[in-house]
Amino acid sequence: MECVGLCEFVTSLGVSDMGLALFLGYLIGVLLVSGVPLVTVIFLIWIERKIAARIQDRIGPNRVGPFGLLQTVADLLKLLAKEDITPAAADRLLYNAAPIVSFASVVLIWAVIPIAPGFVGVDLDIGALYFVAVASLGTLAIMTAGWASNNKYALLGAFRVVALLVSYEIPLVFALVIPVMLAGSMSMVDIINAQSHMWFIFMAPVAMLMFAISSQAETGRAPFDLIEAESELIAGFNIEYSGMKFGMFFAAEFLHVFTNGILIAVLFMGGYLGLFYQFPLLGFLWLGLKGGLVYFVFLWVRNTVPRMRIDQVMRFNWFFLVPVSILNVILTALVLKLLQVWGIAPVNLAESSLLGVLPMTVILLLKDILMILFILGRISQEGRRARLDAERAHEQLLTAAAGD
Amino acid sequence: MADVSFSIALAFVIFSVISLGGALGVALNRNLFRGTIWLMVSLFGAAGLYVLLSAPFLAAVQILVYIGAIAILFTFAVMLTRSLTQVRERFTRVWANLVVAVLLFVLLIIGIIWPVWGSNPDLAQPVSDVVVSTTDLGVALVDRNGFVLPFEVASLLLTAAMIGAIVIAREADDEV
Repeated sequence: MECVGLCEFVTSLGVSDMGLALFLGYLIGVLLVSGVPLVTVIFLIWIERKIAARIQDRIGPNRVGPFGLLQTVADLLKLLAKEDITPAAADRLLYNAAPIVSFASVVLIWAVIPIAPGFVGVDLDIGALYFVAVASLGTLAIMTAGWASNNKYALLGAFRVVALLVSYEIPLVFALVIPVMLAGSMSMVDIINAQSHMWFIFMAPVAMLMFAISSQAETGRAPFDLIEAESELIAGFNIEYSGMKFGMFFAAEFLHVFTNGILIAVLFMGGYLGLFYQFPLLGFLWLGLKGGLVYFVFLWVRNTVPRMRIDQVMRFNWFFLVPVSILNVILTALVLKLLQVWGIAPVNLAESSLLGVLPMTVILLLKDILMILFILGRISQEGRRARLDAERAHEQLLTAAAGD
Repeated sequence: MADVSFSIALAFVIFSVISLGGALGVALNRNLFRGTIWLMVSLFGAAGLYVLLSAPFLAAVQILVYIGAIAILFTFAVMLTRSLTQVRERFTRVWANLVVAVLLFVLLIIGIIWPVWGSNPDLAQPVSDVVVSTTDLGVALVDRNGFVLPFEVASLLLTAAMIGAIVIAREADDEV
């Protein structure tokens, strides 16, 4: 193992023992990767509340600190000071473990996200797969929380959520396959490098939309907010949780939304690439800007789109998202392979040039536009048929009423 | 490979303990839901061992498929049968079970330890020099000289099983 990055920094501080320096380097890295999201979430909650308030024509938190910036800190202190209740009939161990697993499943994603050139927790060969594997742990946490609470509402909530999460994982993974295919690698750094001449958003807008929709569902946010259904389930799987344990579920959700924004920025918008991105701080800024933009759209959708019923959510997934995402993968694979065989598309995108990737971008974009037109045509056809059926049924009802 | 570093050995011990402890938890727990959670712990330990064997792809798939899908399905089934989660009956045929368990254990020990016992020079070097990357794995699955036939047969079998499950589960409704 060679001493690079943080380890070099540690040795420059005067640690002479190589093993110790390596250990300290890794330790600082782990603390940073897990600590930065923890601090970020405090500000995310403030940002989210402010934006939601503006969309709903309110002011939002404005009492504690300048612009209400310290509101979340006050909330945090309140949560910490609250009594920590474990229901008598709950499964004590699992009940207490669930919030930790829930939060960990989100923080672990940050391990593979390249924050700036050279600044990445671990550049795994299988980064994209790692993301999917780790995210699936969140489902487990919610299931455990619902069961361990020993509460019927919590259990019902957990059932719904698991059905939702397991279903929406399918279009999520299929959408994730597209940037992996385009870059020819599952490593996050390779995916970013492959976008150095053209962002994948221009090559695969459909995949990005699919990814955005299904990741919004994965976080359990409106319009897919079956996790917290006040009107039907009082709260959902987290009904028995109080104090900081509830806070951890809450923080995990907020952080998950922002993490998805960052992931979309990495997978489809070139991550830290931008003007003068070679300076780490600027790369970080670009990533934050892009991720923040996507995050804002997520919040916008959350605060404007009405929520759907469970059957509508499931129908939307199985009859629309899943078929479209499978079709998208098949078509993209076919077109990409043909382009590579004919020599129109470079095999290695990172070592190509803007002119080299332009033809394939145009063709892939055209393919996506044709696909969207085809799908819209199908939808309007279906809608027309449904309307005709309804009208016919109405007329029959009228004639039956007139006959009486 | 005599110079296995201390940290790798330590990681091996930790993951082995997680894996075996989880397995013990599955066998000894009276609560079915907790049993499935222990199963996940055990599978997680196995995923860690895969990483140590330089098979990160397998490790990720292990977590994704076994913990993220199959074990979740187990918990789903267990949650629907709450009356079964607290098993009270004891299975008292201890001696028969003990004999079978010991036999199986001895068989495993012989099968695994025997070939590597002593200073076998063949085992000092890796079986193959080729460091298998995820790309190689992917190519091997669809290569004509690789495993394309078993791969396709397995896919077909899984699809058939899925359709069969749907047909069985589907009620004999009139709107087909």
